[in-house]
Amino acid sequence: MASSSSSSSSRGQDLDERPHVLAVDDSLVDRKLIERLLISSACKVTTAENGQRALEFLGLGDGQHTNNSVSKVNLIITDYCMPGMTGYELLKKVKESSNLREIPVVIVSSENVPTRIKKCLEEGAQEFMLKPLKQSDVKKLRCHMMKLSHPCNGRLCIGR
Amino acid sequence: MDVGQLQRSFLEYTASLFRDGFLDGQFSQLQQLQDESNPEFVFEVVSLFFEDSEKLINDLTRALDQQNVEFKKVDAHVHQLKGSSSSIGAQRVKNTCIAFRNCCEEQNIEECLRCLQQIKHEYLLLKNKFETLFSLEQQIIAAGGAIPTVE
Repeated sequence: MASSSSSSSSRGQDLDERPHVLAVDDSLVDRKLIERLLISSACKVTTAENGQRALEFLGLGDGQHTNNSVSKVNLIITDYCMPGMTGYELLKKVKESSNLREIPVVIVSSENVPTRIKKCLEEGAQEFMLKPLKQSDVKKLRCHMMKLSHPCNGRLCIGR
Repeated sequence: MDVGQLQRSFLEYTASLFRDGFLDGQFSQLQQLQDESNPEFVFEVVSLFFEDSEKLINDLTRALDQQNVEFKKVDAHVHQLKGSSSSIGAQRVKNTCIAFRNCCEEQNIEECLRCLQQIKHEYLLLKNKFETLFSLEQQIIAAGGAIPTVE
């Protein structure tokens, strides 16, 4: 976010400054939807079909050592129910990593299970959202993203 | 038919899909995400849904055909189908999946088979509806018109 009051470019936000979101979901339909939702909200998106691929992208895959790819991701949004590694397990791995734990993680699920929601929030999830995702949901996410790279000095942001 | 008539047909047809419960508000979300930079978005997502669903329905048929049916596995497939149908706003398919999951929980083979038949039925119905809708879109474009946005 430029601190000067220079005129805004007619092309909008500089491409390199778009927040980068990593979206994890085993459903192809849902990946397509979240990708479109995020891009239409001026984000850069990387999708992963499972937790393992997500961790590899983040530099936490088996045999990898964490590297600078970390700082490129402003938000992780992950489905809860996935075969293999669940979204909750992915959340835990991210929060356990000294390099990645600052990245906000949002969990999404088609099922409204209070104990599940509580568990995720306790483990450090930024927010828990119900599927199917809508444009209004993605607007809410932007607030979480800005917090990471651009501290909201003086800006009120309602929510966790 | 002229462009205006085609466009009116398109709007009427879309409205009927909502009215008859084939589609719900989530489909409107998809329509809103379609624009000049992504003019095929709805078609692409719906196509993915049909590819995905066909696979799932085949998996379900196989799973229910086993000597010893693994209801957990059946339920997992239905859960996936429920999720994707919900994401595109395919209301009737989604509701059929909800009923299906109850049958899985009760581990009732007969009921599950009945649900599978219903899923197949709803799936084919919806597929037909979308084929008609996309055909109308193509006709509008071929006639030089723009696809009206549904509010």
